[in-house]
Amino acid sequence: MSIETTGLGALIIVLIMAAVTLATRWGGVFVMSFVPINYRVQQFISAMSGSVLVALLTPLAINGDNGARLALLTTAITMLLLKKPLPAIAAGIIAAALFRQI
Amino acid sequence: MSDFDTNLHALNRHNVWAGFKQLVPLSLFVVVFGVAFGLAAAQAGLNNPSIIAMSTLVFAGASQFAALELWGAQVSLLPLAVTVFAINARHLLMGATLYPWLRHLPPAKRYGVLLVVSDANWAMSMQAFSRGEPGMGVLFGGGLAIWSFWILGTWLGLYFGSAIHDPMSLGLDMVMGCFLLAMVVGGQKSLRILIIWIVAALSSLMAYWYLPTNSHVVVGALAGGILGAMWMEKKQ
Repeated sequence: MSIETTGLGALIIVLIMAAVTLATRWGGVFVMSFVPINYRVQQFISAMSGSVLVALLTPLAINGDNGARLALLTTAITMLLLKKPLPAIAAGIIAAALFRQI
Repeated sequence: MSDFDTNLHALNRHNVWAGFKQLVPLSLFVVVFGVAFGLAAAQAGLNNPSIIAMSTLVFAGASQFAALELWGAQVSLLPLAVTVFAINARHLLMGATLYPWLRHLPPAKRYGVLLVVSDANWAMSMQAFSRGEPGMGVLFGGGLAIWSFWILGTWLGLYFGSAIHDPMSLGLDMVMGCFLLAMVVGGQKSLRILIIWIVAALSSLMAYWYLPTNSHVVVGALAGGILGAMWMEKKQ
């Protein structure tokens, strides 16, 4: 099922996102008040929440121009070296901008 | 002993305000991320009220950036809902770890506090609890600080974003990708995690090429999650 993003459609999509996010904020405590969340479920959740980001990024890296690839590479390296997200993101954007000026 | 416990989960105006002030310095960085989101969202073609509404009501950066990636003239709801759920599923774990303290609060307060749970205020309150100090103030007050600065930043991003005419030549189309990648690389790293990521990446790519549009996110997330559940870390 799809929703048009014109007019009220965009707001409805935002409300759906808000409801799903609220379910995650409330769900952990709600479930725990009945049964403790077991270790296997914890491992599933933490593996899934990293994997979803990787799944989003992979086509971006494969299909992007060289500027996009250079930006992602620069962000990854800066993040590994400095372990701070802001400089890593800034370095990636600057790399793409510089590359595209050439 | 019971007095000691009462103090740990105490939630009053005083410690909420103290928690708010404690997280203001960190919230200045949140403003910058908010600006980045506002810029990226405006480029993705969202209208201004929707962008502000998203930051206010969703209040979860990575999932908001991910939604932009799935945005178009039409948005298919199932991939979007699953993506938002998968990214924000870590909230389930945060709630579960806070349960021993939250259970002392009446339900209205308990679920009220949870409205503003995010990574930074959760981590700081858990640190406080583990030192035997009260942590509800920083959880709720700190959460309110991050939330309000996130909305402020988003609004600034919209405001400045409309003045930029060729965002791609400035590399601004990469804000979303670089943000999400920084979140991935900044997370826990081990051989197990690396292999989970590789499986997620490969299955996402296969789905991207051979399955319906936007199913790649769901396929990659599930593949990584299932591998993580089968190949568990040793318990500490």
